[in-house]
Amino acid sequence: MKFFTTRAGTWTGFGAAALVLFGLAPLLLSGFRLGLLAQFLCYAIVAVGIGLAWGRGGMLTLGQGVFFGMGAYLMAMHLKMADAEFRGGPGAVPDFMELAGIRELPAYWAPFASPAFTIAAILVLPTAFAVLLGLAVFKRRVKGAYFAILSQALAGAFAILLIGQQSLGGFNGLSRFRYFFGYNLDDPVNQQMLYFIVAGVLLAVVAVSLQLRRSRYGELLVAVRDAEERVRFLGYDAANVKVVAYAVAALFASVAGAVFVPIVGIISPASIGIVPSIMFILGVAIGGRASLVGPVVGALAVAWAQTALSEQFPSAWTYAQGLMFILVIALLPGGIASTAAVLKRIPTKRATVEATT
Amino acid sequence: MPLRTKLEARSLTKSLAAAAAAACLVATAACGSKAGEETAAVESCVDTSGDTVKVGSLNSLSGTMAISETTVRDSIALAVKEINAAGGVQGKTIEIVAEDGASEPTVFAEKAEKLIREDCVAAVFGGWTSASRKAMLPVFEDNDSLLYYPVQYEGLEASENIFYTGATTNQQIIPALDYLAETGVESIYLVGSDYVFPRTANAIINAYAEAHGIEVLGEDYVTLGSTEFSTIVTQVKSAGADAVFNTLNGDSNVAFFREYANVGLTAEEMPVMSVSIAEEEVGGIGVENIEGQLAAWNYYQTVDSPANGSFVEAFKAEYGADRVTSDPMEAAYTSVYLWAATVEKAGSFAVADVQEAADGVSFDAPEGTVVIDGDNHHVSKTARIGEINADGLLYTVWESEGPIEPDPFLEGYDWAADLAVTE
Repeated sequence: MKFFTTRAGTWTGFGAAALVLFGLAPLLLSGFRLGLLAQFLCYAIVAVGIGLAWGRGGMLTLGQGVFFGMGAYLMAMHLKMADAEFRGGPGAVPDFMELAGIRELPAYWAPFASPAFTIAAILVLPTAFAVLLGLAVFKRRVKGAYFAILSQALAGAFAILLIGQQSLGGFNGLSRFRYFFGYNLDDPVNQQMLYFIVAGVLLAVVAVSLQLRRSRYGELLVAVRDAEERVRFLGYDAANVKVVAYAVAALFASVAGAVFVPIVGIISPASIGIVPSIMFILGVAIGGRASLVGPVVGALAVAWAQTALSEQFPSAWTYAQGLMFILVIALLPGGIASTAAVLKRIPTKRATVEATT
Repeated sequence: MPLRTKLEARSLTKSLAAAAAAACLVATAACGSKAGEETAAVESCVDTSGDTVKVGSLNSLSGTMAISETTVRDSIALAVKEINAAGGVQGKTIEIVAEDGASEPTVFAEKAEKLIREDCVAAVFGGWTSASRKAMLPVFEDNDSLLYYPVQYEGLEASENIFYTGATTNQQIIPALDYLAETGVESIYLVGSDYVFPRTANAIINAYAEAHGIEVLGEDYVTLGSTEFSTIVTQVKSAGADAVFNTLNGDSNVAFFREYANVGLTAEEMPVMSVSIAEEEVGGIGVENIEGQLAAWNYYQTVDSPANGSFVEAFKAEYGADRVTSDPMEAAYTSVYLWAATVEKAGSFAVADVQEAADGVSFDAPEGTVVIDGDNHHVSKTARIGEINADGLLYTVWESEGPIEPDPFLEGYDWAADLAVTE
């Protein structure tokens, strides 16, 4: 394992991941399975952010669905606008609004006709929101369970807010996207292209996360997690340190939501509320929150297991999934990423217990 | 753990630039059709060379909708079993591939795609909420496959790739209003869950009321699953309407009717017309809270017809004497038979052939004879107003004169001109 922390090892790791994602997966998987993998990779992107905020920074963010949802709805608005424009010319009302009896395009929708504005909004809005929220919360030294509860309540409130917005599709959400920046979404070639985009984003996000972890900032973040008071006495503003990690996690989640929409074809409040937010956390916990690839592995494993189990046992898969969670948490408290360390410990019980972080 | 193996910022920038360049290269080399260009037609992988033909049954078997949707799964399985016992479709035995929609629209979309592309099913039966149907619609259109959707819904939709065997608004809501108007109701109060069906239904009710001189005294929405009704019921009581039109869904009904009975409102004084309460739900609400109240559907377990007699008997024999049959279950059961009859008529399982042959296909369903309308893919249905009795069953107190032709966009109603949007 030490090899992967060297520079050559880092490149080898990225090279291998790229080979699997860009070479093996498209070769071995059917179009449908590749689409599913693309969806799972979106969850993995969210997980990398949570790994940073929770695993390294100790902030248990139970509300990443908020940022995921922001990115997703912003992208979905653009796709609906592009669709309306293609069918009915500039200023046309998206089809779902016609059904809901909305005849005039709401003013806040208009800018989303522009692809550039949409991409900027996806990158800036959720991040800015996270910074403001982070400043408000961390400056007041809200942490631990209080922060977790607050973030979860936020996810619940966000979903309820969206259900009430008929101009955002309400309970049904937004669906039926036909074009992605000018390309037909029903074309298998374009669907594969979307997969490549997601895979590329995931690698980039992991690279950013790695860079942050290895920087001085990354050490400061871990220090804040382990002994916030001490860091404060050393003269650092612990709140600012946390805000940065929280905002980066929000940015990752937003980007993941934005690519999720054209891949899955629907975004509704059901995909961003409390339950999906907890599923994000579960993936990270199962994979190993403190390691770099643990969250990615965990998110993929949880999503894959859910699909595989429900296909095998359509009426009893939830029990099997629950059992899997219990087993992993009981036997591998450090997540899947700690498997090697746990196995190493078994034959030589007297050996000193290694720190798994 | 060795600390800080420095990866220079410059090298990261370099590698990101390289990655971006590679992505651009792939992008220009491997992009498919653009907007406006035709996408190559999707090849269907349905295999009908053997002795069997696969169909999908896609219902929520977990999550909040499981309690309703498992009953639909059961009646789909019953219909398939009966058809197989009678020799199958085109001489082939039907094989069900079951999937769990998990009460989540994204899962419905995912599983629908899996059924079409991996299992190569000839048709899919299922879906309940409008959200799940809206999520599945693009999947069925893009892959050119067939969905049979068995639940009453808000109308304003007609996809080539979906057959709607539940009621649209002119087969359920409008007859319910006609019935209320006939019995002398001059003012109503609207209570509903906050999602698309109640909102659309209430838009229609408001337009109807305006055209027919009925006064709408109030319109309240609660979030799905909400159980706090003391304020709303108090408002309903003080408004003193002649009737209440209830489009609540799920658990909210339990709380609403308990509160309704608590404040002393009765069916004689202020009847409640519900569009989402069937035999299954009455038990959960408690008969004592809801006895005498009204419901609008196309089918009740008590419908008196030979076809219904054998349906109820077969269902109880298969799943237990304590089980009840309800409207969505009957519509799902009917949908399997309609599909089989259409395939027999077309002499083919191919989607295009089934779409072509669908117009006029009929089935002697438990609710009465239903006929597919080839233009909008809905079916003609008899509307029935039912009263909830002490035994927990619903009994027909009024029914339309014969089946009503489906009109999902309400084109045949002048007062609905502002509501209907044709595609």
